[in-house]
Amino acid sequence: MNEVLDQTETAAAQGSGLIPYALLAELTHRCPLQCPYCSNPLELEKSSNELDTETWKRVIGEASDMGMLHVHFSGGEPTVRKDLEDMVAHAAGLGLYTNLITSGVLLNEKRLEALRDKGLDHVQISIQDTEAESSNRIAGYEGHEKKLEVARLVRKLDMPLTVNAVMHRQNLDNLPAMIDLAVELDAERLEVAQVQYYGWGLRNRAAFLPTREQLDEATRTVEEARERLKGVLVFDYVVPDYYARRPKACMGGWARRFINVNPAGKVLPCHAAETIPDMVFDTVHEHSLNWIWENSEPFLRFRGTDWMPEPCQSCDRREIDWGGCRCQAMALTGDAARTDPACEFSPDRDVLEMPLQEALTEAPEFIYRRIGG
Amino acid sequence: MSARVIIADGSVPKLPRHAKLRFDKPRDQWIILAPERVFELDAVAYEVVSLCDGERTLEQVVDTLADKFESPREVIAKDVTEMLQGLADKGFLVA
Repeated sequence: MNEVLDQTETAAAQGSGLIPYALLAELTHRCPLQCPYCSNPLELEKSSNELDTETWKRVIGEASDMGMLHVHFSGGEPTVRKDLEDMVAHAAGLGLYTNLITSGVLLNEKRLEALRDKGLDHVQISIQDTEAESSNRIAGYEGHEKKLEVARLVRKLDMPLTVNAVMHRQNLDNLPAMIDLAVELDAERLEVAQVQYYGWGLRNRAAFLPTREQLDEATRTVEEARERLKGVLVFDYVVPDYYARRPKACMGGWARRFINVNPAGKVLPCHAAETIPDMVFDTVHEHSLNWIWENSEPFLRFRGTDWMPEPCQSCDRREIDWGGCRCQAMALTGDAARTDPACEFSPDRDVLEMPLQEALTEAPEFIYRRIGG
Repeated sequence: MSARVIIADGSVPKLPRHAKLRFDKPRDQWIILAPERVFELDAVAYEVVSLCDGERTLEQVVDTLADKFESPREVIAKDVTEMLQGLADKGFLVA
């Protein structure tokens, strides 16, 4: 048995030889929250550009035909789409595993029940902090109590729940309370997520990057809780890149496992790929997902190992971490084709010094996510 | 879940609602699908998991496998219990 998203590669004899595992369907960039670490790009898509229901259904069908297994309905806030139920039903009918990635604030029992009855397999709710005041300040929205109410409704309707807790210097000390909250909400799984520093997160980096001491304490907390809560709560926890010695295999390797379709139908190898300025993305209006997976320039540019510079090219971990994160290389060095500075062998490693110093000074005010930046 | 699921005599194991057993045709193998995770099952693991239907007890699962593979019951019981406990600890099985 293998946990394949983390480990082995399964290939088929066709084109790239790769079958993607998951479709990230960003149904919209609209969202009532204004989290200053939002993973959406600085240039948000207008609702008038959003794909219609039939196009999404076709895309989901193509994903299934390609052999994809998961579809994550994401955003923005995916529940602003009134046709979410249609899309969930379509995906579930094709045997895809359907996951809703939501803030929860627009949901109620009736809608959740409808989504469940259409075949929604799993709900993931983001929680910004353990107490309402701080949580609402981070989100730029009075939604904390509603989120907890919706999380309880999810469990009341006997649907599985993941709590997604984005942790950073302003809430990492509350991690023990966050773990208690996830248990109290009867979640199956807790994602202890770190802010990723591209787009909005990069703009607000000095407000979010934790100190080494905070991080070490958090790691100890997770290790202790993981053992104590074995079989009760599953933990996903990754050390933030800036404190890592080796980079993460971002997206399981560029264009190896995931396809991200943005609200307007642009097809991206990762949700942050639009931060790479010279990339031109194909769209589902012109091509099938499979054509894009096999032929689209952004997918081919960093797939595999041929593109790699040294020290990646001769590194025995090149097919483990796949050179780290292209968007991070872009954000930190101005060149997406450099080794990720999260690797201690990166010649650009010293670019991390400035932000790590900033983590020790007073946190600046947030720049909230708003249309028009 | 408020307490760790323990797989022992009398347990009636089954997949939880968030985990789905299915055959993955393009990759030609049985898998368990769960949030953001995919578990590949080899032939033996599939035999075991496919019997965890929420009706059979652990003893009945073991009996069925002992018959099918013509192996000593105590060996099967040990292996199956360990494997199912491992799955339960990862959140892929309830009882």
